[in-house]
Amino acid sequence: MLTVLALASVVLLGIVPEQSQAITIYTGWERHALVGSDIRLSCSFFSWRWTSDDVTFSWTYRPDGSRDSISIFHYTGGEAYVDNKGPFRDRVEFVGNPGRRDGSILIKNLDFNDNGTFTCDAKNPPDIVGRPSSVRLLVFEKLPIQAGVITGAIIGVVLGLLVLIVVIYYLMRFLVARRVFSLSVSKHGKKKKEGSQQRQIKV
Amino acid sequence: MLFILLGVLVLHLIILILLIVSTAASTWSVGDKVSTDLWYNCMTTSEGYHCKPASNEDWIQAVQALMILSVLFCFCSLIAFLYQLFRLVKGGRFFFTAIFQILASVFVMCGAIIYTVMSPDIGAQFGYAYVLAWVAFPLSLVSGLIYIVLRKKE
Repeated sequence: MLTVLALASVVLLGIVPEQSQAITIYTGWERHALVGSDIRLSCSFFSWRWTSDDVTFSWTYRPDGSRDSISIFHYTGGEAYVDNKGPFRDRVEFVGNPGRRDGSILIKNLDFNDNGTFTCDAKNPPDIVGRPSSVRLLVFEKLPIQAGVITGAIIGVVLGLLVLIVVIYYLMRFLVARRVFSLSVSKHGKKKKEGSQQRQIKV
Repeated sequence: MLFILLGVLVLHLIILILLIVSTAASTWSVGDKVSTDLWYNCMTTSEGYHCKPASNEDWIQAVQALMILSVLFCFCSLIAFLYQLFRLVKGGRFFFTAIFQILASVFVMCGAIIYTVMSPDIGAQFGYAYVLAWVAFPLSLVSGLIYIVLRKKE
């Protein structure tokens, strides 16, 4: 029985490597950055097999409003090849770890012309069937504040202060009643109240 | 004396309604077929009535926050008034009610002032929600001062 199982598992494992399976690639969806800053575009993949030595990563760039893509990065055979002629020359650096399935790149000194879509395609032979994943880069002069952040902050602070004041008020009353503190104004306060009673409107 | 009580209560309810309408209606600035702020920019085109969310600038968010706070505080002062009406000692003053109402009036004032100073100069005029905010400010201030001098009957 055990030998049958062992034989079956060996046969199955022997069959599976002949077919290539799908590889899933993960990048971000959208990235926001300031002009002049650097940004790390992350790309990782999931594959049913161990990472082979022939793993490849390639990044392509398509500017906003254009239909052409250009290739800006390629990693193959253990070597990273960066763009040295196109719009990203001397600005792309490989910061990934292929052994850990990470093919991230670092783009330095961003400009408004860098707005566009970056596509990462990873292959882990023999798993080559995969859909490349894209991340959209948006470059801002000043990072915009999301709707409702300041609103919520102001409301939260004011309500928090209110709760704090109420708590302190009741705490002080409690402590005065317990004779922990004694307020020297209590005698003066009573005399003032009795004096001004005649002048008030009454309900 | 019942008239005074009724009058004060009706005034408070009017102020609360004014504040709610001013905060909720998105017509602080109006133009020709356009109405903007505080929450939506809506325009009437040939295809119909379209709204998109208002801009995310800091000052608009501050005005939103101040108007919401003023509605909250006015509502709290109404609750405090009803509570203190039944539970206050004879001869006591409606301090909590007054404080919340005056704070509500301060918040409306700040919101209206910020909007007046920061709203764009060109094009649009001020809409009815803006006017209601400026009307609600003195009314709530007067209401708060009335609560300060009001005393529960002996």
